[in-house]
Amino acid sequence: MGAIYRREMGAFFTSGVAYVFLTVFTLISGIFFFFGVITAGNTDTSPMFGSMFIVVLFLIPILTMKLLSEEKKNRTDQGLLTAPIGLWSIVLGKYFAALTLYIIAESVVFIYSLILAYLGDVVWTTLLGNYFAMLFLGASFIAIGLFISSLTENQMASAVASMLALFVLYLFDSIVSNVSIEFIRKIMLSFSFYSRYVEFTRGVFNLTSVVFFISVAFIFNFLTVRVLDRRRWS
Amino acid sequence: MIEVRNLTKRYGDKQAVNDISFKVEKGEILGFLGPNGAGKSTTMNMLTGYISSTSGQILINGIDILDDPIKAKANIGYLPEIPPLYVDMTVDAYLGFMYDLKKCKLPRKAHLKEICDLCKITNVKSRLIRNLSKGYKQRVGLAQALINNPPVLILDEPTVGLDPNQIIEIRTLIKKLGKNHTVILSSHILPEIQAVCDRIIIINKGVVAADGTANEIAAKITNEHKMTIRIEGPTHTSEDKKTIVAALKKLDGIKYVRADMEREKGIYDFDVEAEEKTDIRRAINQLCRDNNWNILMLQLSDLTLEDIFLKITMGDVIPGAEKAETQEKEKPKFDLDIKDGELVATEVEEEAKEVLEENLPADQSFEDDNNEGGDE
Repeated sequence: MGAIYRREMGAFFTSGVAYVFLTVFTLISGIFFFFGVITAGNTDTSPMFGSMFIVVLFLIPILTMKLLSEEKKNRTDQGLLTAPIGLWSIVLGKYFAALTLYIIAESVVFIYSLILAYLGDVVWTTLLGNYFAMLFLGASFIAIGLFISSLTENQMASAVASMLALFVLYLFDSIVSNVSIEFIRKIMLSFSFYSRYVEFTRGVFNLTSVVFFISVAFIFNFLTVRVLDRRRWS
Repeated sequence: MIEVRNLTKRYGDKQAVNDISFKVEKGEILGFLGPNGAGKSTTMNMLTGYISSTSGQILINGIDILDDPIKAKANIGYLPEIPPLYVDMTVDAYLGFMYDLKKCKLPRKAHLKEICDLCKITNVKSRLIRNLSKGYKQRVGLAQALINNPPVLILDEPTVGLDPNQIIEIRTLIKKLGKNHTVILSSHILPEIQAVCDRIIIINKGVVAADGTANEIAAKITNEHKMTIRIEGPTHTSEDKKTIVAALKKLDGIKYVRADMEREKGIYDFDVEAEEKTDIRRAINQLCRDNNWNILMLQLSDLTLEDIFLKITMGDVIPGAEKAETQEKEKPKFDLDIKDGELVATEVEEEAKEVLEENLPADQSFEDDNNEGGDE
């Protein structure tokens, strides 16, 4: 796992993906920070985090699009799959590499918090709550993106499909709200990524949501392992 | 070292590999030979655990590749048909990555240096793999396979895309490696297999068509005394052809005669095959003198590995020719084929059939490539 993790981290930077990702992330979150927090004259970062859902949704597929699709296309997967390591090591190595880059990008909020601390009082608990909410959201989104990347050889197809999938998750609430049967709507709403995330940005630290996001991450990594395993049998 | 039992791989309806069994001993260099799409790469991919078999068993160093894949794979160094290179890395970084990936415990610097020296890639160590020539890429692929000094090396067409000098270098290297590794290499280049391998397995259409040393395989399949003769008859028409064929057939010890193309105007070539160890050259000479024919050319055809390969893969000899007895049984079958040729020569309007006959083998091979090449 370590070898794959290090290679992927290196590849993020040599391919320039890391720079694009970090730049766009910082730029957009900076804009939200400036207009949503500073010019609004408050020290609560929640408005910024609330808007970041849609940004993360479009940025994460850039991180995950070629993690597995490119391996298959260039036949480098042959090197990985014939090496004396398990499939979980391959998948998790890639997963944690993407997650690390995501965390690096996300940690830019600590710079914002320093600016805020200079201007006024920072509510650290809300800030940390938001920070972790975004981390968990990213953790589940990356797993979904990685899974979609394992299904195709084309990184553009992988990116577009991931964006679509994540966008559907974003619209999930409004889709579900049309369900007329109260009981079913409630069950479906409990799968809503967006309302769970927004809950965090309002300062509610809900442990079941944390479990939910981590479970999604686990399930999709598991599915990715299954895809790699099944390919050997087809 | 490697034991393969009744290995089978099906892709839907298509039988890519059908019931292959063989054993490779320690320190042996085994060559897989076969046309494109014969199942060489599929077999190698199964041996290395990249794909799994539909049925059958593979033991690497006594470990079943399906039972304990990680342990079994630790014994194998694999160079696939397309080397698994990350083109965005330098050679150094890539080999370091493979070193970590294989959890190699050997002293890092010394081991990697030794491999780079062995594969002669030390001078490109700091270059991006993307910018290397095909030959260097191939060598980096080979270097990658050698990391962790695995007892088994599986090399899929290791010399593809190399220039003649590099081919010789790589062959020498493989021979050298064969002294302390078990090597399986595949190729459709016959001289290569002949030059490097102790033993050859010819695979055709997913089955083992022959297994043995080059000489053994040759001995089992050939033993024929064949030649091509160009005889000039008196009339320079196809009449000549019929008369000559008829006359040749009457000679003692002749197994078959077949009129070949009209190579010069009104002059035909004849493929003649005699019984084993019968020299018929003098008899033919005498015959021509008696009839006042002129021999313009006489060429003995020794069967090279190439001919054997063609014979096996074109279906002249049915698979399972490993044993001497089966070979005996085969002969009539072989004759039958040839009798058709003879019929064409003696009875029917020659031109049309001849053309047909000439084209047939080429067509077949073309079809093979088309149908199966992609799946390898």
